[in-house]
Amino acid sequence: MFPEAWEFHVAQHLNRGIKILIQNHSEGFDAFSNGLLQFLLGVQSALSTIPWWGYILLIALISWFSIRRIVPTIVLSLLPLLIGVFGFWDLAIETLAIVVVSVVISLVLGIPLGVIMAEVKSLGYVIRPILDAMQTMPSFVYLIPAMMLFGLGKVPAILATVIYALPPVIRLTCLGIELVPKPVQEAALAYGATRWQLLKEVRLPLAMPSIMAGVNQTTMMALSMVVIASMIGARGLGQEVLLAINRINVGRGFESGISIVIMAIVIDRITQGLAKKWDPVKKR
Amino acid sequence: MSDVAIEVKELWKVYSKSKSGKVVLDVDDEELMRSIEVSEEDVVAVRDLSFEVKKGEVFIVMGLSGSGKSTLIRCLIRLVEPSYGKVIINGYDVTAMDKKELTEFRRYQTAMVFQHYGLLPHKDVLDNVAFGLKLRGVPKKERREKAMHALEVVGLEKWANYYPSSLSGGMRQRVGIARALVADPPILLMDEPFSGLDPLIRREMQDELIRLQEEMHKTIFFVTHDLDEAMRLGDRMAVMRDGSIVQIGKPAEIFANPANDYVARFVQDRREEIRKADEQIAALNAAKDKEVNSDVS
Ligand SMILES: Nc1ncnc2c1ncn2[C@@H]1O[C@H](COP(=O)(O)OP(=O)(O)O)[C@@H](O)[C@H]1O
Ligand SMILES: [Mg+2]
Repeated sequence: MFPEAWEFHVAQHLNRGIKILIQNHSEGFDAFSNGLLQFLLGVQSALSTIPWWGYILLIALISWFSIRRIVPTIVLSLLPLLIGVFGFWDLAIETLAIVVVSVVISLVLGIPLGVIMAEVKSLGYVIRPILDAMQTMPSFVYLIPAMMLFGLGKVPAILATVIYALPPVIRLTCLGIELVPKPVQEAALAYGATRWQLLKEVRLPLAMPSIMAGVNQTTMMALSMVVIASMIGARGLGQEVLLAINRINVGRGFESGISIVIMAIVIDRITQGLAKKWDPVKKR
Repeated sequence: MSDVAIEVKELWKVYSKSKSGKVVLDVDDEELMRSIEVSEEDVVAVRDLSFEVKKGEVFIVMGLSGSGKSTLIRCLIRLVEPSYGKVIINGYDVTAMDKKELTEFRRYQTAMVFQHYGLLPHKDVLDNVAFGLKLRGVPKKERREKAMHALEVVGLEKWANYYPSSLSGGMRQRVGIARALVADPPILLMDEPFSGLDPLIRREMQDELIRLQEEMHKTIFFVTHDLDEAMRLGDRMAVMRDGSIVQIGKPAEIFANPANDYVARFVQDRREEIRKADEQIAALNAAKDKEVNSDVS
């Protein structure tokens, strides 16, 4: 038995802290929440103005230009039709909006953080454990305070998704920069590159494949959060899965599950294809 | 103006595993110096070097692998931080410069050619050559014109829009040389630039460097482990062993009078090579004669 006298709880202090935060800074949180919501709504209405065949066309175009093979292009562009056939098209667009917004926020935060982590070695010792925590902490643990601060709905869902999806892009950006061959960097320095020039001309371009792998992973992680995020009111495809589970409706669960898988496959192949296209090291 | 291009005074470099890479020496602290000599963690790569390189001279540093040649050439422009001593290039005290001065110095006073080329794989040949000018802030059109001209000098103008990965080793090093020439600095630093190339190509590149030097009259600091190369290119040479210079002088003098066994071994190897080459040529000629004879019959 662990000695009882040594027990010490931080729980009540954290609870009080959250309460004080809510009481004293509610306008701040509301403003932030509103801003984020406006952004999301903007993205969502933009995404819904594109007709269904527009998406098919877009996917076909992008996958043709990045993969350049006929069969995968046809399969990738026809797969999403199944989502529409199951009657989930609008929900899928809603989910897509949440994923897009979460990914954009993750990249805007994550790529610079990854760069800073690679540039300032000592920061890694601080950031790495935090990233580990973000990835292993059960999401419900931070869903609860996020809900208390921002209420039910899409805003806490996006925050939870960002927390979950942010680490890979930070890690892979940092790793990509660290793996840039030393001789190439040395040559740049020998010709009088400043630290900034070294980053811009050599380290970032050569880290691109790794950064794009990070973008791909972050997107996939964001998509895998949709079911959990729908528990706090994110709606979209995840909600269909939840409803099906609650009603023990296996068939409907299958349909909505498959729809999420299709989104995942299409997004994955497309981001991977684009990543290859953007690899600045040409073979010619 | 003095005629000294590079002046190295009491230069030391100690690599250390324990002290996170950076060692600052005090050569008067006898105890410290002794502890470094015996320590397993510290490697003395450059040991108390002092010498001068004259303007317009091709100065060779020769030594076996691990003798500290790369460390020395990197210390000259502080790609490796010296642990003690002074480097003065064209009157500038390199060892006393702050970051900004050093960057400026590297842009205008020196250019380096590397054994493994050090080309940027994401830029095409033209942009690789123009890289030094880009760092200086030269406008795009002007730097591309100059880069194209440098490519013509090394005979690669047709390859301007290819990427380094599609070039052979010899061509890549030509790009490396063009990149150094376009910056037109008074001093060229070359760290075993031809060591990775086939003997025939190496020979060709050496001839080309000789031809270029006849027009340029630059100061060239050239590192090699090949006595043949040293003898062909060098006006003067220093032989390095375990971080120290064991002999310094004209290549022919060193070839004739090696100062000790270490130097003598290089010379011996070289004499051996010459003998073998002679034999091979004789054998080839014999074979040819035979062929001609059999054709006749
Ligand atoms: N970054 C480094 N860290 C520790 N030791 C090094 C480092 N670079 C070189 N050395 C050591 O310094 C010595 C000289 O190396 P180097 O200058 O590369 O010799 P060379 O170019 O003549 O082959 C070698 O013993 C090598 O192991
Ligand atoms: Mg070397």
